[in-house]
Amino acid sequence: MKILEVLNKYDIKTDELDTFTSRREAFRKLASFGKNIAFAAIPVGLVVGSTQKASAAHIPTVLNVLNFALTLEYLEGEFYTTGINSPGLIPPGKDMAIFQTIEKHEVDHVAFLKSAIMSYGGTPVEKPTFDFTAGGNFTPFSDYEQFLILAQAFEDTGVRAYKGQAGNLIAENSALTAALQIHSVEARHASEVRRLRGLKGWITQAERGEGMPEVTQAVYNGEDNLIQGGVNVTTVTTIGADGITEGFDEPLTTEEVLTIAGLFIVVA
Amino acid sequence: MSKQTLTDESTSVLSQNKGNRRSFLKFTGVSIATTGILLSGCQEVFEALPNQRQSPKGPVMQAVPLGKGDIGILNYAYALEQLEAAFYLQVVANMYAGISDSEMVMMEDIKNHEVAHRDFLKAALGKNAIIDLTFDFSSVDFNDRSSVLATAKTFEDLGVAAYNGAGQLLESADYLLIAGKIVSVEARHAAAIRSIFDNDFTSFAGDDIIDSNGLDRAFSPSMVLEAAAPFITNKIIANQLPTS
Repeated sequence: MKILEVLNKYDIKTDELDTFTSRREAFRKLASFGKNIAFAAIPVGLVVGSTQKASAAHIPTVLNVLNFALTLEYLEGEFYTTGINSPGLIPPGKDMAIFQTIEKHEVDHVAFLKSAIMSYGGTPVEKPTFDFTAGGNFTPFSDYEQFLILAQAFEDTGVRAYKGQAGNLIAENSALTAALQIHSVEARHASEVRRLRGLKGWITQAERGEGMPEVTQAVYNGEDNLIQGGVNVTTVTTIGADGITEGFDEPLTTEEVLTIAGLFIVVA
Repeated sequence: MSKQTLTDESTSVLSQNKGNRRSFLKFTGVSIATTGILLSGCQEVFEALPNQRQSPKGPVMQAVPLGKGDIGILNYAYALEQLEAAFYLQVVANMYAGISDSEMVMMEDIKNHEVAHRDFLKAALGKNAIIDLTFDFSSVDFNDRSSVLATAKTFEDLGVAAYNGAGQLLESADYLLIAGKIVSVEARHAAAIRSIFDNDFTSFAGDDIIDSNGLDRAFSPSMVLEAAAPFITNKIIANQLPTS
């Protein structure tokens, strides 16, 4: 099965982690390339000497998450790189400026995640072979509307994917913070692409939005959740259900994300 | 809640603020020198905000300790959501001159989201919730589009950086997930506000906030509270917050 084959690629060789025993080293390595991990007023010594366990027991999980994220960034990066290089696809001016900006960030994320994975002693997964027609169902590089549809789907998926992984990084502060810093960039992208398509920047209920084909509904299922942290938010505010659901984005599990992304991944 | 009116106390609070800011900036310099971590972004925050009040006016408001541990971080988020909600409530109560229909919808939507965040956090915190804060938006001209949107942009970008920085301070994965659910909406707001305000098609995720690794900003609570202090009349006490 496609998804499992993709997942299998994330298997981490634990012997690669043997040399990896110190939080200090982890932080230093990551911080050395994560130049905007700006934790200005927190003494760095405290961050390093935190209560986190000194063992590297959680590192395989961290590496799985980072490789999972890398796969999504590969997908987004190749999608936008192909898009901006497809003659006549993206209108010059505003649209091209937006997609060049997004493309740059996704390519930067690929490079950053590769470095992060290596800094934790892991091996970055190789870039899969992508089929952005999803078996002939889309023509994103000759039809701009299709390109916009997939861009919205990928960005809204990306936001939910990173959100779903945050808990898996809770034992590794520097990786968690970096992932959050990518997560909010994906959300900025999502907002902009949605608005470019004439939608609101936020997701109302579980609506995929005008013009989005039914096949993209998996990206939006569950966004109509009204229960946060055990609190039914409708009971504590005068804001209606539309506003509440817009105000809280929801996570996707690894499997849910791979089901969506798997539509565009060719497994040899 | 009773309001204190001791002028000497307010003076000392203000001078303490200045001292904190000085030592904070000094510390930043030390950090750069000793760790090699580039601490970009802080200066821009301060430059984007109005000057701190030079002299205290009106009654001194109650000092508000946020508490410690995850409760402290949630109260920190609650304070920021109170700030944003109060701002947008005033925006929609007095929409700026010449506002378009689509911008009116956007302001109404964002107000709804921030009020929902505020009310949710208050309920989630229960008896541990801080008091209702008092705000000072005297530096904002609510009739003027530029003034409103510049402030909105500052608040949204600051909110994103605040949640991004607070994630690693949380112990509970459940609270971390909730913070994650809120921060991406703040980022959606930030992009939308930037998009309608800045005369630059790339501003929604501009080079002023996204670094060369494609990372958004992450600020510590003290940095965020320093930036928000001109708008919050109460003195926020954050010294028990976790630092890692």
